[in-house]
Amino acid sequence: MIAGAEFCRLLVESGFDFFTGVPCSLVKSVIALLEEQGGYVPETREDAAVGLAAGAAMAGKRPVVIMQNSGLGVCLNALASLSLLYRLPCLLLITWRGYQGKDAPEHLLMGEISPAVLETLRIPYQVLAAETVAESLRWARDTVQQRSTPVALLLPPGVIR
Amino acid sequence: MKLADALGVIVPLLHEELVVHANGFISRESFHLKDRPENFYMIGSMGLASSIALGVALNRPDRRVVVFDGDGNVLMNLGALALIGAMQPANLVHIVFDNEVYGSTGNQRTISAQVALDAIARASGYVRVQRVDTPAALRTVAQEFLVQRGPAFLLVKIEPDREERQIGRITHDPPEIAARFAAAIRGWRPAASDPSDQETRSR
Repeated sequence: MIAGAEFCRLLVESGFDFFTGVPCSLVKSVIALLEEQGGYVPETREDAAVGLAAGAAMAGKRPVVIMQNSGLGVCLNALASLSLLYRLPCLLLITWRGYQGKDAPEHLLMGEISPAVLETLRIPYQVLAAETVAESLRWARDTVQQRSTPVALLLPPGVIR
Repeated sequence: MKLADALGVIVPLLHEELVVHANGFISRESFHLKDRPENFYMIGSMGLASSIALGVALNRPDRRVVVFDGDGNVLMNLGALALIGAMQPANLVHIVFDNEVYGSTGNQRTISAQVALDAIARASGYVRVQRVDTPAALRTVAQEFLVQRGPAFLLVKIEPDREERQIGRITHDPPEIAARFAAAIRGWRPAASDPSDQETRSR
């Protein structure tokens, strides 16, 4: 496991500079730190967060949208008909509830299909692991810039404390 | 007053303002009337024009950001009114053309005849809120809102178009719309009288 503070440091070091989203308990340390640094906008819905990030990207920022994978379902149309259509870059940090079928019942189906949903949307993604967080963030930074599209990092439980 | 009449009053008042347009006839009428590099036309993602505008406004407090929104769009993303009220972007002007119908899909009614969108905006924390239903009142209030401290919410009650408007779609590609809008944001320099510019030069 890596500390939330270390994750935030790597995130900021990778050049990301605008943070919004809807919380998940798996990233509570990350959101608390971003809030503390005054750089987190608490959105009301994940699709609205994608819209906010789109505006931030056009204003020259490198946005990150934090959400639970339940929120991935909420923002399908925003991703398809805004971010992907207009080629607006952002990093989606998506917590992976229902990972390996172990979770509360409301998370099981979305947990099972989250990677397939991203593949269907043609959003490049990686699964975060504690040992490779820095590499994944570098990959995300480079891919967001090169392809000018949303890129996702799926965060299973037990990676960030 | 129809949508085209209302836009005919507001658009000539615009100079360097960035304008995020809701999808449907709002984008198409405005594009038809006067295409500007400072215009972002949202052709999909219904409901999100206000969220996109907030994302611009928070990151460019030196620019005036306007939303051309519709009642159907606002009702689809009421949370955006709450977040704008909470974040208090002083440079945001939210203009809602309210014809009480979904105009692009055949004038099915929305619920804005029953629900006072201006009251929701006021309760959310917009510092200026007005409802207008004549071109003269629209001109007066829009002129004020474009220069006053916001966030401001202007509800423009309009009549629906009874017959389908024969009006073209946006001819730019979406990536071109985004790139042009981003360039209009980036390329602008404040006038010499602007305090933020003097601060930059003194550094």
